Amino acid sequence: MRIEVAGQNAFIVYFAEQTSPEVSAQIQAAVKRISEQMRDCLVDLVPSYASLLVLYDLEQSDPFAIRQLLRNALTGLEAVETAEGTLVTLPVYYSPESGPDLESLAARGGLGVDEVIEIHQQFEYRVYAIGFAPGFAYLGEVDERIAAPRLATPRQKVPRGAVAIADRQTAVYPAVSPGGWNLIGLCPTRMFDPGKTPSMPVRVGDRVRFEAIGRDDFIARGGEL
Amino acid sequence: MVRQPGLLSLLQDRGRYGRHDLGLTTGGPLDIVAFYWANRILDNDPNATCLEVGFGGLAVESEIESSFVVTGAEAPCKLNGDPVAQWQTRDISPGDLLEIGFASRGTRIYLAVRGGFDIPPSFGSASTVVREKIGGLDGDKLQAGDRLPCKPAPRGRHCLLAEHDRPEYGDEAVLRVVPGYQQAAFGPLQQWRFFNSEYRLTERCDRMGFRLEGESVHSDMVGMLSEGICHGAVQIPADGQPIVLMNDRQTIGGYPKIGSVIGIDTARLAQMSPGGKVRFEAVSIEKAHNIYCLERARFARTPLETC
Repeated sequence: MRIEVAGQNAFIVYFAEQTSPEVSAQIQAAVKRISEQMRDCLVDLVPSYASLLVLYDLEQSDPFAIRQLLRNALTGLEAVETAEGTLVTLPVYYSPESGPDLESLAARGGLGVDEVIEIHQQFEYRVYAIGFAPGFAYLGEVDERIAAPRLATPRQKVPRGAVAIADRQTAVYPAVSPGGWNLIGLCPTRMFDPGKTPSMPVRVGDRVRFEAIGRDDFIARGGEL
Repeated sequence: MVRQPGLLSLLQDRGRYGRHDLGLTTGGPLDIVAFYWANRILDNDPNATCLEVGFGGLAVESEIESSFVVTGAEAPCKLNGDPVAQWQTRDISPGDLLEIGFASRGTRIYLAVRGGFDIPPSFGSASTVVREKIGGLDGDKLQAGDRLPCKPAPRGRHCLLAEHDRPEYGDEAVLRVVPGYQQAAFGPLQQWRFFNSEYRLTERCDRMGFRLEGESVHSDMVGMLSEGICHGAVQIPADGQPIVLMNDRQTIGGYPKIGSVIGIDTARLAQMSPGGKVRFEAVSIEKAHNIYCLERARFARTPLETC
């Protein structure tokens, strides 16, 4: 674990070179401890795959104190058990109609469309980070057989709810936006709803499972094609 | 009542903090210095919501009695057709038309009213982030016909900030950078180049980031995991041209960063136009903190003149 300077009021803690469920659990534990112990001088926290960005209030503290507080908060974290995280199930209408890259992704891996759908549902994913856009949760890791690089030319408009794969990550687009991930289906669950509390169905550290639903079910749950 | 919305007029308070957990960015005024001055001249709460008028072109008609001030970029301002000075309190009455022309020096103009604009916070802040459709009026920039809610205010003390105490908006600046993040992945020669070359602002400068061009700089990073990005972070993608990430940046990203520009200097950068020239100077995080404290003290100590 190393603590590096990030900016005028920011340190970044690197937990490992690569991500893993253990590293993710450690970061979760660090978020909890830092939020409690440094409440009075904290501005924001950004957990990600293997790092945690800590933003502090320049009016309330200084770099010397923050470094010390961080060291204290991070001591003994290695021993933390893997936190379970809440398991969230997200329904997906997988089809070439709702996932325009499903067929090319299957062909790429020498698989049938049904196999891609099957493999995507088989695993439990961890929420490693939330960013890019409000409600955009990076989920990992996708099975190598269905991993695929980003599109050479990103789409101008990816629909809300699009279930997508890029490398070994998967995600659900929370709103219409440009995007270069491979689209394999649509999820009727809103990933970000500013009017709701909580505004997201998942948090960093949670586990996600996808579950196939049919076209009618998708529409009945409020999905739009 | 908004008669002409201007190019990019956005309601902003100090910004949205503590909601990076949802992927929400900070937003807030690009030039925090001019923003704080606007509120101080009116004796407002320092976080009161102001209007950031990008590049100018705004015309608003008042429906209430209040006072206002215009700070930031230099732009011709008129009240019912008569020129009015910036950086000083003026009264406004129902039916009065305030026009802010296009900026001649600087790019971001701040309009504050006494008590601030009355915008209900979303996720703890009134700041507008158009990309996220959050804050302000329906998460969007001003449109003709919009009503800017604010309460009538009793006429208070009239103040002005003396000319020699106002920020200068030139087209050259030295931006102080706290080296950090992947700094070590930039070799000595690369760092020397970065800190000893002149960069120009390109046309691609917006509230997410300011893209610069000049001597290219390369790191020896091969692929990296996405991580949290702080305000002012200087991201250097494969083409070697730096991007200074600003208020509406994405909260995480996977490009190498050499460090981060300090807040008072991003405020200065935000007032520059394409073609403007910048240099980078390295400062330690401790020195950056001192600079911050000194600036805060100077701000508090600088007297306002009664007018």
